[in-house]
Amino acid sequence: MITEQEVIGLNGDEAVAYAAKQCKVDVVAAYPITPQTIIVEKFSEYVANGEVETEFITVESEHSALSACVGASAVGARVFTATAANGLALMHEIVYVASGLRLPIVMVVVNRALSSPINIHCDHGDSMAERDAGWIQIYTEDAQEAYDTVIQGFRIAEDERVLLPVMVMLDGFFISHTLQNVFVLPDETVKKFVGEKRNVPEIEIMGKRVKLKLDPSFPLTIGPLALYDYYHEIKRGQAEAINSSMEIIKKVHDEYSRVSGRKYGDGVLDSYKLEDAEIAIVCIGSAAGTVKSVVNEVREEGLKAGCLRIRVFRPFPADEIRRILSGIPVIGVLDRSLSFGGMGGPLQYEIKVSMYDEPKRPLIMNYAYGLGGRDLPPGTVKKIFYELNKLKGKQKPKETFKFIDVRE
Amino acid sequence: MKINPKEIALVEEKRKWFLPGHRLCAGCAAPIIVRQVFMALDKKPIVVTATGCLEVATTIYPYTSWRVPWIHNAFENNSATASGIEAAIKALRRKGEIHEESPIIVFGGDGATYDIGFQALSGAIERGHNFLYILYDNEAYMNTGIQRSGGTPGYAWTTTTPVGKKLKGKTQWKKPIARIVAAHRQIKYVATASPAYWTDLIKKVRKGVQANGPAFIHTFSTCPRGWRTAETKISIKIARLAVQTCYFPLWEYENGQYRLTSSSEAIAKVSKRKIPIEEFLKPQARFRHLFHPEKDQKIIKCIQNEVDKEWSILLKLTGHQLL
Repeated sequence: MITEQEVIGLNGDEAVAYAAKQCKVDVVAAYPITPQTIIVEKFSEYVANGEVETEFITVESEHSALSACVGASAVGARVFTATAANGLALMHEIVYVASGLRLPIVMVVVNRALSSPINIHCDHGDSMAERDAGWIQIYTEDAQEAYDTVIQGFRIAEDERVLLPVMVMLDGFFISHTLQNVFVLPDETVKKFVGEKRNVPEIEIMGKRVKLKLDPSFPLTIGPLALYDYYHEIKRGQAEAINSSMEIIKKVHDEYSRVSGRKYGDGVLDSYKLEDAEIAIVCIGSAAGTVKSVVNEVREEGLKAGCLRIRVFRPFPADEIRRILSGIPVIGVLDRSLSFGGMGGPLQYEIKVSMYDEPKRPLIMNYAYGLGGRDLPPGTVKKIFYELNKLKGKQKPKETFKFIDVRE
Repeated sequence: MKINPKEIALVEEKRKWFLPGHRLCAGCAAPIIVRQVFMALDKKPIVVTATGCLEVATTIYPYTSWRVPWIHNAFENNSATASGIEAAIKALRRKGEIHEESPIIVFGGDGATYDIGFQALSGAIERGHNFLYILYDNEAYMNTGIQRSGGTPGYAWTTTTPVGKKLKGKTQWKKPIARIVAAHRQIKYVATASPAYWTDLIKKVRKGVQANGPAFIHTFSTCPRGWRTAETKISIKIARLAVQTCYFPLWEYENGQYRLTSSSEAIAKVSKRKIPIEEFLKPQARFRHLFHPEKDQKIIKCIQNEVDKEWSILLKLTGHQLL
């Protein structure tokens, strides 16, 4: 049954803080960085007003923020943090530790370009640099989805079959600072959905069932040294865990949609008018809103266009993508970050690999757009659709990767 | 505070919170310090350990020496990790999910404390988290094979301060880490301690865990391998010489007051008990270049002056007459 919901005007950051509050997190350890700062400020207000029982650790750096989250989560607490760009880069070492220790931390990354030159606006270079770190990565399209995804994030992370940290992304300024009417669930509903407290799973050690946490009643050694005789197996276990989390991510999304009435595709991929499409744009984040609206526009002009938004980037839904894009002859992949010295943006690699086994491989173009917060106007998207349309039935052009809206 | 050494030793021998079979070197003072710290505790602690010798040599998967809840996160973040643990316990206790009172003990070597983890340590103290930090200072990056740290003394040989034609070991003095920690307004207790004076160490650990806020104990941890000592069995002797020469004086700081303890207090009263620094330097081949091929009186004098200078600062801080 869909729950009756209040509508509040919230920007993306406020929506995230509101969700974290409703999830009854035990510990928040965070350091301010534009454009994530509002999350930290808002949460501080909740603490100052006694609206939460959370221990808020105002750490002295992002490295310490995630380090404190690791400590807190190892004790069995529900833990939340948020960061962006340089802050995430500073955390990098501990991003791997958190997933290696299988700690269900939820971290919001408000996407921002990495230095240098220093820039506070949106691109995806920060979270793309963490794509191999073993976290579940979910990119959102607007403030509403950011709110919904933080709540889903705790359920996914803490699921006994998953036990992995979850990174929820929202585009800096485009989502973080843009006011939106956000439907919020009643506190009770969220509490019921995520569980009042974190369920710490039990494991069997030396014939005894013990909670997987730092606990004087059965002392565990967490974070030991493991060399070539075990490291390999431990990492394979981690790889299997993140791959099998896909089903849980979908299930949690479905269950959430039954409560909230909101759906984001199948929870992993959000396809728009792809059924009969001959050209498609694949993208991530807030750009999808613009692309979808341009799909409508160019369809009226006779182009059979569609859009595929990747919501879950890790684990990467390659099989589903192949199924959805199969038969579409020309595809344009939009990348809001670069892989310097590589053959295009990071999303492009994933899409190309996904389509490699197709008997009839599509022509895949790759466009770098919106670096450092540069806008993606509908006109640009329209130009891309027309270019893709022109490539139907043509030979692959010499250059398949290009920067768009760039001054020469 | 009364200490019955035999009784304490027997308790720890029986409960064995730190087990033998680890792979720390013979003569390494770090496991001795860990056991002495545990002897001081009534309640089972939660232990955080920074990357370093103590961590890698005691937790080689699938084995562990720790019979207490133990976590290692990374090199530079033991204090931040402890912050999270302390905050989580507070939050979970409020919810009635945790009932035990476990002191949080944080171990870090000189690399993790003086250098790479200093920011996290300073931040955690400033925020006032309740934990006891035990620095085991073996005066260089021993885990990576003897490289200089902020805790390495002047003129000591390390692999990154080699003795060459131009340079004679490290060109800087040790950072006064304990006094730097004591400069934090939020710190509740600071002390230096030596495994050679273990009842003094135990008393200080007890004070540290009862301080109800951030506490810091700087322990002196002999490293036979890195210091190139003549024999592993003289580890504790060297730790004692460090105190007797006033190279590593024993003191504590609480309620804004510095106080000398144990042998160092005795030396302050009877100055002739102070032994020349040469006695401390001689059995350690990291200072071999000061004695071979011939004795370098100039450098030894220079080190003695530096020791005297630090000692006089401490005498002043503890309200003693200068010698």
